[in-house]
Amino acid sequence: MGAGRLYPAVAVGGFRRYATYRAATAAGVFTNTVFGLILVYTYLALWDEKPHLGGYDQAQAVTYVWLGQALYSTLALQGGGVEKELMARIRTGEIAVDLYRPADLQLWWLASDMGRAVFQILGRGVVPFVFGALVFDMAVPDDPFAWAAFAVALLPAMVVSFGIRYLAALSVFWLMDGTGVSQAVMVLGIFCSGMVLPLNAFPGVLGDIVRALPWAAQLQMPADVLLGRTAPVAAYAFQAAWAVALLAAGRLVQAAATRRVVVQGG
Amino acid sequence: MDETGRATGSGRGALSEAGGGPAPGRGPVAARPVLPGPARRPAVFSPFGEGVRVYGLIAGMWVRSAMTYRASFLLTAFGNLLVTGLDFVALVLMFSQVDSLAGWTLPEVAFLYGLSATAFGIADLTFGSMDVLGARMRDGSFDTLLVRPAPVLAQVAADRFALRRLGRITQAVLVLAYGLLRVDVDWTAAKVLLMPVVLVSGALIFCALFTAGAAFQFVAQDAAEVQNAFTYGGTTLLQYPPGVFGKDVVRGVTFVLPLAFVNWVPGAYVLGRPYPLGLPGWAAFAPPVVAAGCCALAGLAWRAGLRMYRSTGS
Repeated sequence: MGAGRLYPAVAVGGFRRYATYRAATAAGVFTNTVFGLILVYTYLALWDEKPHLGGYDQAQAVTYVWLGQALYSTLALQGGGVEKELMARIRTGEIAVDLYRPADLQLWWLASDMGRAVFQILGRGVVPFVFGALVFDMAVPDDPFAWAAFAVALLPAMVVSFGIRYLAALSVFWLMDGTGVSQAVMVLGIFCSGMVLPLNAFPGVLGDIVRALPWAAQLQMPADVLLGRTAPVAAYAFQAAWAVALLAAGRLVQAAATRRVVVQGG
Repeated sequence: MDETGRATGSGRGALSEAGGGPAPGRGPVAARPVLPGPARRPAVFSPFGEGVRVYGLIAGMWVRSAMTYRASFLLTAFGNLLVTGLDFVALVLMFSQVDSLAGWTLPEVAFLYGLSATAFGIADLTFGSMDVLGARMRDGSFDTLLVRPAPVLAQVAADRFALRRLGRITQAVLVLAYGLLRVDVDWTAAKVLLMPVVLVSGALIFCALFTAGAAFQFVAQDAAEVQNAFTYGGTTLLQYPPGVFGKDVVRGVTFVLPLAFVNWVPGAYVLGRPYPLGLPGWAAFAPPVVAAGCCALAGLAWRAGLRMYRSTGS
């Protein structure tokens, strides 16, 4: 099978695997919607006190909340995509089988994670966002080009998300246990991606720092593209730079890991 | 076990109960050790005490297993503290931009947050592993718990007991202490005495919620995540002043799912603020009653769920 057919097939597999658990997906939609409701009320109270915080008006802040809930599982902002499985395979030694496959390790897992991400935006993302748009006053553009620009921005966001989690998973080659790394991924992901507060509402230097980190490419950039707060080209450039850097770093670490790998288990 | 064995077993039990122990010379000698032996049990047998004892044994086992990797335990407990601390960091970030939220200052909100998060932390430590139940039902290992001579609820609650969750409690207590030190309160004896009562009642309300969530898993199976919306969603909601939310939301968490009694109502009493929804003055002292009601309902739900269990099929 050529690479042109192999990796799409892996991606389709990732998609179908997550699509199997329909009740779990419905439960996730419900939970994301409840959390979205709670967050919307707190944001509304905050923007009541300080209108135009971070350059958003109230409708834009509400839109940001529902975008966050819609993209939460797609971008695996607190971890929990394919990297958990990869960590387990490294720990148990099953990774040796993966390394023998006539396929590139990084591309294989990237394809699988893309399949997962695409399913989760359809299965878990659309409903909470539509619910938010129906119940609250949102700043949803009616220009199809804004939506197209947003859709384009999602792709590098997914790659950046994978790049971070792939590096975290590879660390298990040295650490043997991924619990601590997963926790770090979770804390950094929730804080630096703007799930607690939009990154442009962060104060002072802290704001400058988080807006330059790769997590900003995940939720903040697509949101700003959709809300018309940034030129799409500038957002794409920022996202692409981080995507390339993270994938390249993943390659380097992968090469180092496979040179020294001592297969566990047995 | 075959049918005859069961029949003779119960027959012997009845016999020995009537006779106050096996009469010498009657019945096969080999059967003696199998006797339920009412004489060996304490005179007054309390299922609750037995549950607590079993819970302690299982939890102790998990603690010993966690202590085998002490460094890992400390790191994960610290990580737990950081993860749950993010909620409060969000609040601090918000207050870096504004002086008050819905009319409440940061110390007041920290006080609310501390009450809710400490109560939730205690419930999370003691009953928070109940979501493993779904996995146990899927792989069939739940059946093992059913045949053990110990209360199932105690076994399920103590399953995977995670002492690292002390991290969450530590973080919550720190925020509560900050809130208590900084709020402007006229402390009276009633207010001081109310604090521990509120924390225990709040923990019981959340324990009831975890138990009801576990009971729900008998019906929902794959949809177990729904309970997170109520447990984790509930504590997140309570970390903000009631005025932030719409009237209907506040009504819902007061009269339908009475989470408001964890911190909003008693918190308003301590801070001398108007009660949400104009509740009467005694409502601040209702948390123990509400907690008892929640526990009773959760117990009923758990029994109903357990009766519905049909093991794993194909």
